Amino acid sequence: MRSVDRRWRWSNLYLAAVFVVLYAPIAYLIVYSFNSGGTMQGFEGFTLEWYAEVLQDTRLLIIVLNTIIIALLSALVSTILGTIGALAIYEVKRRSRKNALLSLNNVLIVSPDVIIGASFLILFTIIGIRLGFVSVLLSHIAFSVPIVVLMVLPKLQEMRTSMLDAARDLGANAWQVLTRVVVPYMKPGIFAGFFMALTYSLDDFAVTFFVTGNGFSTLSVEIYSRARQGISLSINALSTLLFLFTVALVIGYYFINRRNARPAEGGERR
Amino acid sequence: MARTRNFYLIPYVAWIVLFVAAPIILIAYYSFFDVEGEFTLGNYAKFFTPIYLRMTLYSFWYAFLITVFSLLVAYPTALILTKLKHKQLWLLLIILPSWINLLLKAYAFIGLFGKYGLVNAVFETVGIGNRQLLFNDFSFVFVSVYIFIPFMILPIYNSLEELNPALIDASRDLGASAWTTFRRVIFPLTLDGVKAGCQAVFIPSLSLFMITRLIAGNRVITLGTAIEQHFLVTQDWGMGATIAVFLIIAMAVIMFMTGIGKRGALRG
Repeated sequence: MRSVDRRWRWSNLYLAAVFVVLYAPIAYLIVYSFNSGGTMQGFEGFTLEWYAEVLQDTRLLIIVLNTIIIALLSALVSTILGTIGALAIYEVKRRSRKNALLSLNNVLIVSPDVIIGASFLILFTIIGIRLGFVSVLLSHIAFSVPIVVLMVLPKLQEMRTSMLDAARDLGANAWQVLTRVVVPYMKPGIFAGFFMALTYSLDDFAVTFFVTGNGFSTLSVEIYSRARQGISLSINALSTLLFLFTVALVIGYYFINRRNARPAEGGERR
Repeated sequence: MARTRNFYLIPYVAWIVLFVAAPIILIAYYSFFDVEGEFTLGNYAKFFTPIYLRMTLYSFWYAFLITVFSLLVAYPTALILTKLKHKQLWLLLIILPSWINLLLKAYAFIGLFGKYGLVNAVFETVGIGNRQLLFNDFSFVFVSVYIFIPFMILPIYNSLEELNPALIDASRDLGASAWTTFRRVIFPLTLDGVKAGCQAVFIPSLSLFMITRLIAGNRVITLGTAIEQHFLVTQDWGMGATIAVFLIIAMAVIMFMTGIGKRGALRG
């Protein structure tokens, strides 16, 4: 009995160590965002001046606004495109063709960001799209579509075909089948996809960095260029605010997931 | 439904053509041109010179180290997590840091690993003394492992969760020690998760240019750093595209080797 007990204690210690390492940098950032000393070493005194600096920095606030607009727009468009994509893959009946589509779908998910960024940079230059808001928006839409597809497709595959037959037998036309039966069934997947697209867009740095040009910037790119200049505690203040925002998002996502998980458990699987 | 045309395919295939096929073709196309826009095979010749080959080798070596260390830390963590009471909540807490912008985490390490940062302060009190922690390969590997650990834990955790506990009981009842059970039963049955995790870590770590720039101070040059350099600094798109071609080939090989399990990919 004692050995089991001891092993249990060791494993808890190990887990605690992992958590300490995982959260130490974040805690460090947050703690020093209140440091009046101006550096990330030697805590001198409590201050909120860095937060005041962040909130007065209009350039930064515009960038935050840009980032949010890009995230919302790209998530919206990619959710629509991705849902259509999932329907397209679902409707393709031949197995080989279905797999080919799925593989093509996954290319952008597994590609390194640098490749996506560099190839999109070439693409936009050739088409003649000026680097800036439009190019960033288009690339965020492009790399979010496959994630939405992967979120929506399983919901479609869970759907019983007998429901579609029933709807058709009862006289529903194709549009009614889609809006009254299929879309409600996909809804949890669509929401999850939208959420993932949102976080992918907010989190992206490398792709944006390639296609952003000079005049336009998102938060990640701005953080990068500021961090390259060295330490400035307004970045710490900003990261604390972002951390709180992220926690709020995660909690939101957790509840969406929980709500999704429940009906799926009851539903019959094919 | 057999005769109706699949109209959904039109926008979706348009997306594939424009943002999946065209970019790859363009990368391949550009790799045959030099800075002046003349057709050349010189980029490929240049890639096979010692400078670029060494860089490629180092890039793979670092990616390998990052993957191995991530796996070594992640597997026990995932194993312990599955035995906890509120495991969903703990898992969420493991994933939470991965939702925070990667650059902010890298930035935090500039402070933590700095000459007068927390880690060096601890070192001094313990008696190891002040060390140069930033701007070397150690800091690069450490920060990369830190960033990728959640992506390694998640697929391993999922495959551990799917493992039928009866198999472990059976193995123990038949007299296998805990270690034998792990080696012969648990690990082989969770290999899919390990592969998915390695894939999720290895490929991105070939291209981590921002970490090399912020943490490793240009001391570590990976394939990603070189691509970024050629595209955004020296404007030699042809050479950048050539390196990208090799990165794509490497990626395809790795995915083929780890068997791009449809199950693994879909779990995401």
